[in-house]
Amino acid sequence: MKLLGEFIKGLWRENPTFRIVLGLCPTLAVSTSVVNGIGMGVAATFVLVGSNIFVSLIRNIVPDKVRIPCFIVVIATFVTIADLFMKAYTPTLSRSLGMFVPLIVVNCIVLGRAEAFSSKEPPLKCIFDALGMGLGFTWALMLISAIREISGNGTIMGIYVSKSFEPPLFMILAPGALLTIGLLIGAINYFTAKRNR
Amino acid sequence: MDLGSYITIIISTVFINNFILSRFLGLCSFIGVSKQIGPAVSMGAAVTFVTTMASIISWLIYYFILIPYHLEYLRTISFILVIASFVQFTEIVIQKKAPSLYRIFGIYLPLITVNCAVFGVAVLNTDVFFFAGKAVAGSFLKSVLQGFGAGAGYTLAMFLMAGIRERLEFAKVPRCLKDVPITFIIASLMSLAFLGFSGFKI
Repeated sequence: MKLLGEFIKGLWRENPTFRIVLGLCPTLAVSTSVVNGIGMGVAATFVLVGSNIFVSLIRNIVPDKVRIPCFIVVIATFVTIADLFMKAYTPTLSRSLGMFVPLIVVNCIVLGRAEAFSSKEPPLKCIFDALGMGLGFTWALMLISAIREISGNGTIMGIYVSKSFEPPLFMILAPGALLTIGLLIGAINYFTAKRNR
Repeated sequence: MDLGSYITIIISTVFINNFILSRFLGLCSFIGVSKQIGPAVSMGAAVTFVTTMASIISWLIYYFILIPYHLEYLRTISFILVIASFVQFTEIVIQKKAPSLYRIFGIYLPLITVNCAVFGVAVLNTDVFFFAGKAVAGSFLKSVLQGFGAGAGYTLAMFLMAGIRERLEFAKVPRCLKDVPITFIIASLMSLAFLGFSGFKI
């Protein structure tokens, strides 16, 4: 039951994107289409799970002073694995995500979880925590990319939603991403405040 | 040597492909540190220094170590390690040698280790200025300029945003949009303005 709690908190209560506002660079840059969003989310989840297990296993061996560099090496290793794997099996996706796959290394969520959670907790708990955080990140990414793809391109997962309107191009360019996340966080704040009252 | 292409790199990284507003690199610190002009500019100066140095170091590593031994796939690991240790090293040196400078921007250095802009510029340099395992002509100077331009663009965006946010303190913002959300919306408008630069033909 406790493990389930670790899993669920990442989905909503401590959602990395909407609540803690971490790991924004990839969230905004790759959310131009739902396919990209899912690909990025899955890659980040893989890195999160792999590095969290590993960090948790070595947490008692690593001296406190050099722990950050050690964690970064572990994370970088898993990112390289994910990067090579995607280049080999999903070359189109890998091309459209471009430099943002290697950039998972500096995604604050991954290092943040390693530092705040898995450097203190046993491996099993870390798996659930990482899965929850990863899936929380993935659904946030899917939501943002769905909004942007529908409004900016008129499609969802490449299928036309409606051809009756001319989609405003700026939604899939940079300003649309910033506007979407700003309004989404605002809306979430509004509903949370309303429910608490 | 043609001077035009070097100037183009600076202009395009500062304005057309501004690191924060059109590439989304370094957003976390952009939202976090842009509340006042003073700290924002100090952070920008620190980032500019680190991106320039990171470009130099990563180019040297890529050109002299990774390519000759066909280790290009170790790019991610080697770059992040070298950048992290360089930042730590700088922090220690500044703290010892120039305490007054340390008080101005030393506290921002630890934040920079995991700043996407720094690592991003290193990766971007190797993506753009190396073609099929070979360096393009003048790639070293171009990498350094792109590193510097990235930092300058970052500083520019930070400065503008901090100026706006200082005034925003007195504005009546709906409560649910306070702080982070309104910053994103302003950044979106700034980014829309910067889109105008993409019409530049250079």
